[in-house]
Amino acid sequence: MVSATSVISKLTGIALAILVIATINFILVHSAPGDPALVIAGQSGATDAEFIDQIRRDYGLDQPWYVQYGGYLKKVVTLDLGYSIRQREDVSTLILERLGPTLLLTVSAFALSLVCGVIFGAFAGLRQGSWRDLAISVLALILYATPVFWLGLMLVLVFSINLGWFPAFGYTDIRAAGFGSWHYALDVMHHLVLPAVTLAAIYTAVYTRLMRSSLIEVSHEDHVKTARAKGLSEGAILRGHMLRNAAGPVVTFAGLQAGALIGGAVVVETVFSWPGLGRLTFDSVTARDYPVLLGLFLVMSVLVIAINLLTDLIHRLVDPRIGAR
Amino acid sequence: MKRRAFNTLLLSGLAAGASGVPKIWGDGLAYAQTEGGGLTALLTPEPPMLVLPLNQQQPTIVAGSKIYEGLLNFDFDLNPIPQLAASWNVSEDGLTYTFHLQPNAKWHDGEPFTSADVVFSCQEMLMKLHPRARGNFERCESITALDDHTVEFVLKEPFAPFLKAFEAGSAPISPKHIYEGTDYANNPQNDHPIGTGPFMFKEWVRGSHIHLVANPDYYVEGQPGLTEIYFRIVPDAASRSVAMETGEAQLSAWNDVEMFDVERLAALPHLTKTSQGYEFFSPLLWYEPNLRKELFNDLRFRKAMMHLLDKSFIVDRIMFGQAKAATGPICSTTPFYEADVQDYQTDADKAMALLDEMGLTPDGDGIRAKINFLVVPAGEMWTRLAEYFRQAMAAGGIEVTLVSTDMAGWGQTVSNWDFDITNNLLYQNADPALGVARSYISSNIRKGVLFTNTEGYENPEVDRLFAEAAVAVNEAKRQELYSKVQQILVEELPVLWVAEQQYPTLYDSRLTDVIVTGTGVNSNFATARYA
Repeated sequence: MVSATSVISKLTGIALAILVIATINFILVHSAPGDPALVIAGQSGATDAEFIDQIRRDYGLDQPWYVQYGGYLKKVVTLDLGYSIRQREDVSTLILERLGPTLLLTVSAFALSLVCGVIFGAFAGLRQGSWRDLAISVLALILYATPVFWLGLMLVLVFSINLGWFPAFGYTDIRAAGFGSWHYALDVMHHLVLPAVTLAAIYTAVYTRLMRSSLIEVSHEDHVKTARAKGLSEGAILRGHMLRNAAGPVVTFAGLQAGALIGGAVVVETVFSWPGLGRLTFDSVTARDYPVLLGLFLVMSVLVIAINLLTDLIHRLVDPRIGAR
Repeated sequence: MKRRAFNTLLLSGLAAGASGVPKIWGDGLAYAQTEGGGLTALLTPEPPMLVLPLNQQQPTIVAGSKIYEGLLNFDFDLNPIPQLAASWNVSEDGLTYTFHLQPNAKWHDGEPFTSADVVFSCQEMLMKLHPRARGNFERCESITALDDHTVEFVLKEPFAPFLKAFEAGSAPISPKHIYEGTDYANNPQNDHPIGTGPFMFKEWVRGSHIHLVANPDYYVEGQPGLTEIYFRIVPDAASRSVAMETGEAQLSAWNDVEMFDVERLAALPHLTKTSQGYEFFSPLLWYEPNLRKELFNDLRFRKAMMHLLDKSFIVDRIMFGQAKAATGPICSTTPFYEADVQDYQTDADKAMALLDEMGLTPDGDGIRAKINFLVVPAGEMWTRLAEYFRQAMAAGGIEVTLVSTDMAGWGQTVSNWDFDITNNLLYQNADPALGVARSYISSNIRKGVLFTNTEGYENPEVDRLFAEAAVAVNEAKRQELYSKVQQILVEELPVLWVAEQQYPTLYDSRLTDVIVTGTGVNSNFATARYA
């Protein structure tokens, strides 16, 4: 069973990790050349010295670095993400607005790719060398090699411009504010299809290949031979003796990928105008919106840590031996 | 960057192919969303806020100018026309400006608009927040409300282009009853901007769209002609083209559509293109050398570079015809343009003769000089301008190394004079005294501040001519002074002017009276309607 000390040590580890991450974030963000005043000046085509001083004061850039760092750490500890001077809005509000769409997109893409990957991989691995295996493997390879943005654009071209089945971009219809809740949910789902499929494609390919090889490996193990010798049907062997064993590596890998998924959705979010965290990050970097950037990094690192914990948990469910050890 | 560029190129190419073939899967194009007379316009990038007095970035002005207004607007020839001021007069000596305000104008919260708002905006709020307005209103001896609907500005000395300071983006008038005595930047009402314009703020879903609705109490009878405006934020250029193509958006302006896509979209039957509506801004593009550095401080080197550049190639191939070759520091679309200036023909032999004269002879590899070019990180066109520059200079034996950065880095490098040569583009703001002089007068060499005389040009004669022209009240006298200064500048080449950018505005062909002034989409859209 899990002891109190192990929980405490785990939590301390997480807290330390977050502090270290926060420090690295601070150093990274502040070592980039250029400051927000110059970006705003660059985009508005006019400026004067007074304006630049004003912005530097607003951002606290006129303070020595240790004062800025101390202030930032204090905010991290008190869970205060700060205030975006550029957008005149609390950072937590800005991030929360975007968190929903990002989670919806990444979680659906994640689930879709995991389900499809495991099914396709199982199909391919079960009949190694068959035409079915070949077809799935080739398709997976092509998907894996396809750049995400290109796939997104092709899907838009076919399904939005030519067929008109799905909207080309956006999170909801702009008139969605007047929709009833069912209508609204359907509208979001309708908008979700293309970006989720796009984002899921590459991971589907990865999981398919992983599942396939993992299943092939498992199929040569003694307990599977025993099951076959007992006279169990192929379906029963697959369900009862192979799938769980084969799924282990896929879950581990998926856990690693989930972190990347959150940060890596920026391209898909851009192509499909999806109002998510990835785009907020990108915009904040180009605008040197320090408070938002630091807040985002922190939220994302916490998310990744949470997902890793979740992966551990799923692992234990899939493979009870891990918990017992 | 590269990736986005590629995807844009790819999609537009394919979409071009696709729109040419019959659609075997059925017609996917939905020319939708006009019921009730609403307009969906593109907006790029998403503005940080809509409060025009607080932020003057391009997208802020496009959306904010429907909510906030100035005292004046300007026609295509840049003559003043009424906005919040119904009429005005200027005294003989050019010192006193009197404005008679619209008697029926109201703020969106129902409060009456009066001269007190104008005095408060110009004397206090904008002086504190708006760099350009500060420059203009600093010239005032006094700003007084003569009665509820009359305001008088008295200048310390004449300033010829003073009326141009009252355009909405240059001096947005803000409600005194909301902002007086508050911390402007953190006023809670900033989330819900209040102006006098034909459209009122309704909702902003960040990352998606901004929704404005018609102001039923607008002071001009029968306006606005549209019921609502949605500004859609679409970050990907290819997706923006798709939105215009499918009719999901009905208006694009400025850089919304990549230049190589403009003509394809303009040819679609449901879209109309105009390049009018940018006269007030008249953006001028140039290559900006750092005159403090070796080589660039030699006029012969700058002339050689000019002879190596082919402006028509830049206009036709890089800007896809959405531009006109520039001849000097003042745009042909603004007053006081002088065409009679030295013309530098593209001529590699002349360039090399000049380089020889400087003692820059080719080494074993044929290279005469090595310079760095700081690429402007603002999109396709800028990257091409840099690549073209490298290629053009190579013809004269000048080896160019391209240096990449991002927008903040570019701003820092240029404003701290730490570059060899880069591109720059400045708005002329309707008058040489407002948008041209700042790049060449020596008093505006200010380290750390962008869009000043960053190249470091100094010429007392040029300083004198610009100073005299700014205060001259007589138009003919001004023309004479500006003609002179243009001839001197073109002879001395402080920067290498290449093109007057002509941004395209694309809109649904059923719309009329959309672009009716010299400020185009930065105007209030009160007259726009469906025919």
